[in-house]
This record gives sequence, structure tokens and C-alpha cells, in this order.
Amino acid sequence: MGLLTNLRDSITRVTDRLFADDEPKRIGIYGPPNAGKTTLANRIARDWTGDAVGPESHIPHETRRARRKENVQIERNGKTVTIDIVDTPGVTTKVDYKEFLDHDMEKDDAVKRSREATEGVAEAMHWLREDVDGVIYVLDSSTDPFTQVNTMLIGIIESQDLPVLIFANKVDLDDADVKRISDAFPQHETVPLSALEGDNMDEVYEKIAEYFG
Amino acid sequence: MPEATTPNGGDGDGDGVRIDLISGARMEGLTSMEKIRLILDSVRDGDIVVLEAGLSPEEESKLIEVTMTEISPDDFSGIEIETYPSSQQPNQGLVGRLLGKEEAANKLTVIGPANQIETLHKDEDLISALVSRK
Repeated sequence: MGLLTNLRDSITRVTDRLFADDEPKRIGIYGPPNAGKTTLANRIARDWTGDAVGPESHIPHETRRARRKENVQIERNGKTVTIDIVDTPGVTTKVDYKEFLDHDMEKDDAVKRSREATEGVAEAMHWLREDVDGVIYVLDSSTDPFTQVNTMLIGIIESQDLPVLIFANKVDLDDADVKRISDAFPQHETVPLSALEGDNMDEVYEKIAEYFG
Repeated sequence: MPEATTPNGGDGDGDGVRIDLISGARMEGLTSMEKIRLILDSVRDGDIVVLEAGLSPEEESKLIEVTMTEISPDDFSGIEIETYPSSQQPNQGLVGRLLGKEEAANKLTVIGPANQIETLHKDEDLISALVSRK
């Protein structure tokens, strides 16, 4: 019974994707807090639509709601790929409001921000299970990729059979190490970039068109 | 249930830290939400939970989601969880995935309160953690 149900669900999922080519693919931008997800989402949206997706900040959990930018048309090699970009809150297993007090925030504001952040993470997990067709996983190249959140999220994405690209962001930083990221997740393609500086965006768009077109 | 406790009584109220080692056989009979409830109830009491067989990716996803809904200021700030990287798990291939076999088997998992457990080092085959008292 369980086996047949799983088989039927897997086949349904595959056929749904095969026959849903006319609809723009919803591509979730996932990753830990402060990896540069919103900076990337804004870079892509500004390059192809002229609008931004949301505010950027160095304070963790600036993005506390998933935000969707619809019908982003990316042209590559004479082909147009239309995607919806979903910028998601950074995923974590813990949120402590005291962390925000270090950023000159009053306690009430810090508590409110932490409450919104927890709701945002829960929302991001729900989107990942139900509502995205592909994932751009953004990592900060200057930090250690061997974290539990990264390990779990990549595992969750793989279990959903979603196409995934790993973006090694912030290559403009002195201590960036792209190889450390590609070594951590050798089963996936890693693309180096700086969303802030706009470095290597040509390859970024080529890969998006190749993987999600 | 296979369980190890400190010599101080092991109820989590003393000076020690209680550690529950939960066998794969015990978890196998539980639904996803029962597993998550078992883990979070222990962790919210300040205990460390070690799962012999770990959770499936879907269960891990739900664990994060439920954990987020339970975080409250000055009471519970979330969990620290450690497993070995999933890239080290054998690739089961399309047939395995079609049949719904998820990669949970033999993925030793350590879970504790975020304010009591700190990962010191982690790589493909070693997890080193520091556990402190409440």
C-alpha cells in the first residue's frame, strides 16, 4: 500500500513537471542567513525586470517573508527562459533575539524580529516541500560550508528530486574559498559569483537557463 | 528504551546533562510527528537526544518547521542538530527513490538545546561537540 502510494506520487510528480513546461518555473533561493540571497535576487530582478525584490542588510534575518518576483525573463543563447524568483528567509535551527541586541536594537524590536524570523524560516521550509520547482542554494564563500543546516537542506532538496545549483557567493571577499564549497557538495555544480559586485553573472545566467529552462 | 543518564539521577534537574540514546527500532514504529514530538519534548527539557538511525529528509524539514513554531524569547531558542553530511550516504538511484526509500538509515544524529550544545568540529566522518549544563 505504502509502496504503491509512493510509486504513484513519484510518477505524478515527474509527469506534472514534464507537462508543466508552459508555466514559469518557481525557483527558490535558499541558504543560511547572510549568504547574500536577497542581494542575488535583487541583482537578477534588476538585471531583467528593472525592479528589486526586497531590502538587503548585514543584520541576519532581514528577509522574514518569502518574496516572489514573477515572470523574470532571462535571455541566453537566443533562448528566453521565464522563471519566478522566490527569495526566502535564511534557514536556521535556532533564533535567539539576543543576537539582534548586538546590532543596536532595542529588546522589543529584537524580540519582534526574532518572532518574525522564526515564522519566516517555517514558511521557507513549507515552500521547499510544496511550492518550488528548482533551487538556487546560496553560500557565503568566506565561511565554512560544512554546517548542519547546509547538510540537511541539500539532503531535503535532493529528496524532493529538485534541480539545484550551488552559488558560491561573495567571491569578492579576500578569504573566499570556492573550492571548499565545491568539495563539500561534489554531487552538484558550483558557480562562483559576487552578487554585490556583479562578478561572473554571465555564467550565473547561463547556468540558470541550462538548469531551469 | 535504550537510555543513558548521568549518575546524578538523570532527570535533567540535577547538575548533569541527560542523554537519551534512541534506537532505530524504537523510532521505526513512530509516525513523523511522534518522532518530532519525542525529540522536541526531550530537548525542551534540556536533554540531549542521540538517534541511532536519524531522520528522513522530510522529517528533518518538519523538525525545523516545528522547532521554529516553538521558539520563544528567554525560554527556548531552538535546537542544535548534527549528522554526517548526506553526500557521504550511498546514492540509492532512481529506483530506490521511486519506491520511496529515503536516506535515513544509519545516519547517527545528535540533537540538543541550542544554548547547551556547541559543535566544535565537523567533517565527513567526525563530529565533535561541547555539551554544557543548563
